[in-house]
Amino acid sequence: MNENQNLEAKLQSWRQNQKKENRKYILLSAAGIFTVLFIWQAAVMTGMVNERVLPAPTSILETLIFKLGNKAPDGNVLSVNILASLQVALSGFLSAIIIGVPLGLVMGWWTYADRFIRPIFELVRPVPPIAWIPLVVVWMGVGLKAKALIIFFTAFVPCVINSYTGIKLTSKTLIDVSRTFGAPNYEIFWKVGIPSSLPMVFAGIRVALGNSWSTLVAAEMLAASAGLGYMIQIGRTVARPDIVIVGMVVIGAIGAVLSLILSRAEKYFLRWKVNR
Amino acid sequence: MPIEDNRPVKVEVKNLTKRFGDLLVLDNMSFNIRKGEFVCVVGPTGCGKSTFLNCLTRIHMPSEGDLYIDGVPADPKKHNISFVFQEPSALPWQTVAENIAYGLKIKRLPKEEIDQRVNQILDLMGLQEFRNSYPGELSVSAEQRIIIGRSFAMKPDLLLMDEPYGQMDVKMRFYLEDEVIRLWKELGSTVIFITHNIEEAVYLAEKVLILTNKPAKIKEEIVIDLPRPRDITDPRFIEYRNDITDKIKWW
Repeated sequence: MNENQNLEAKLQSWRQNQKKENRKYILLSAAGIFTVLFIWQAAVMTGMVNERVLPAPTSILETLIFKLGNKAPDGNVLSVNILASLQVALSGFLSAIIIGVPLGLVMGWWTYADRFIRPIFELVRPVPPIAWIPLVVVWMGVGLKAKALIIFFTAFVPCVINSYTGIKLTSKTLIDVSRTFGAPNYEIFWKVGIPSSLPMVFAGIRVALGNSWSTLVAAEMLAASAGLGYMIQIGRTVARPDIVIVGMVVIGAIGAVLSLILSRAEKYFLRWKVNR
Repeated sequence: MPIEDNRPVKVEVKNLTKRFGDLLVLDNMSFNIRKGEFVCVVGPTGCGKSTFLNCLTRIHMPSEGDLYIDGVPADPKKHNISFVFQEPSALPWQTVAENIAYGLKIKRLPKEEIDQRVNQILDLMGLQEFRNSYPGELSVSAEQRIIIGRSFAMKPDLLLMDEPYGQMDVKMRFYLEDEVIRLWKELGSTVIFITHNIEEAVYLAEKVLILTNKPAKIKEEIVIDLPRPRDITDPRFIEYRNDITDKIKWW
């Protein structure tokens, strides 16, 4: 009993130490960001850099706050732009997952599907997503669908490739275990193939997310009336680098948040994964 | 003197032969295993043990001859065959309890039956408190126990074990050997246990099959007539061990 209490106390103090340690690292990360901002601010204030070319962080913050409630110069408040961009990026990204992941898994498991689909896939894969833009415009104009399709192309490829590779790496032993229990192939696919491919699938989804978010600006070059990429375009046209940078910062920040959400999901679905 | 064994024959292997192209791996093997018998197979490394097992589980089909369980050709879909592989084979994404239930679910047993058997095995293996842990959170030897539990939970017609303790230290091996004996006695399964450790074979088996070098044939069947629990320092134990060692001499 006493020993247990002792262990418990030790665990508590270890946890507290761990927390302290964590706090130290968070502070360090924050210090890194502030150092960069400080140098940037100093460079602008001392006149080393022309404010017309690169506005100071403080004026970017001002623009950011201004954009929260004002439509100038691009015609939308910031939140409308953010929502428009999220709508485009997420619909392309999610449809890439919904189509790409099952396709890769099926190709990786059944040789017939592999032989049938792979040649087409390999031909389409090297075409850069941006090269699709003219064709997409002809097909479906410049609406949400067209933009989402461009994003879809960038996110689709990593989803397929990673699911394919992931399920190919399924342990032979685990398949044999199921087979000796008398499981039919589709059941082994469902119960062994899919879960064992999940780490790779998530890695693919992560790449896909990065691709879709970073192709956003290109997709919004197709005549848009709202969106972060659109806002950046307008910022360039009216020579407002602060607007451009606000757009970039927001894109960066939302990308980080999306990636954080994905990490959480990954942590939940791969909670069984322990490094021994 | 060995007493007459009048248990019914469970597994019948008749003229089992396997060729890969021109390479003859298994050469006309025949033997019977009685219901509830514990048989150890010893043989030189690379003598075709894995091929032998894979034929029994139908991962490979034999070239000639066949394996019958209760008089009908073995079929994993019909029969209850369990395999404990050499390498860890617990499903890492399933909890301990789910792993033990895995084969039972494939066989579509009713839920109450599955729950009852899983609980029985968890109790027998002392894994009850880890039922909701993932295999990766436990030690390697605990993982091997999950796999052994999973196999016994099937109440298999035939349980095949391929050097399941090859990677373990002596202490863990002794412990798990006793565990297997306990489960075998409790559940009355029929077991084929492959090993290259002669002491382990003599410790576990009712009957030892000695294989020759490739192409593998059965060189001899030896009935181990020792009371349990067996004592590895017993002179008769040592006699059996030396006898089998002499008959193998693969080094």
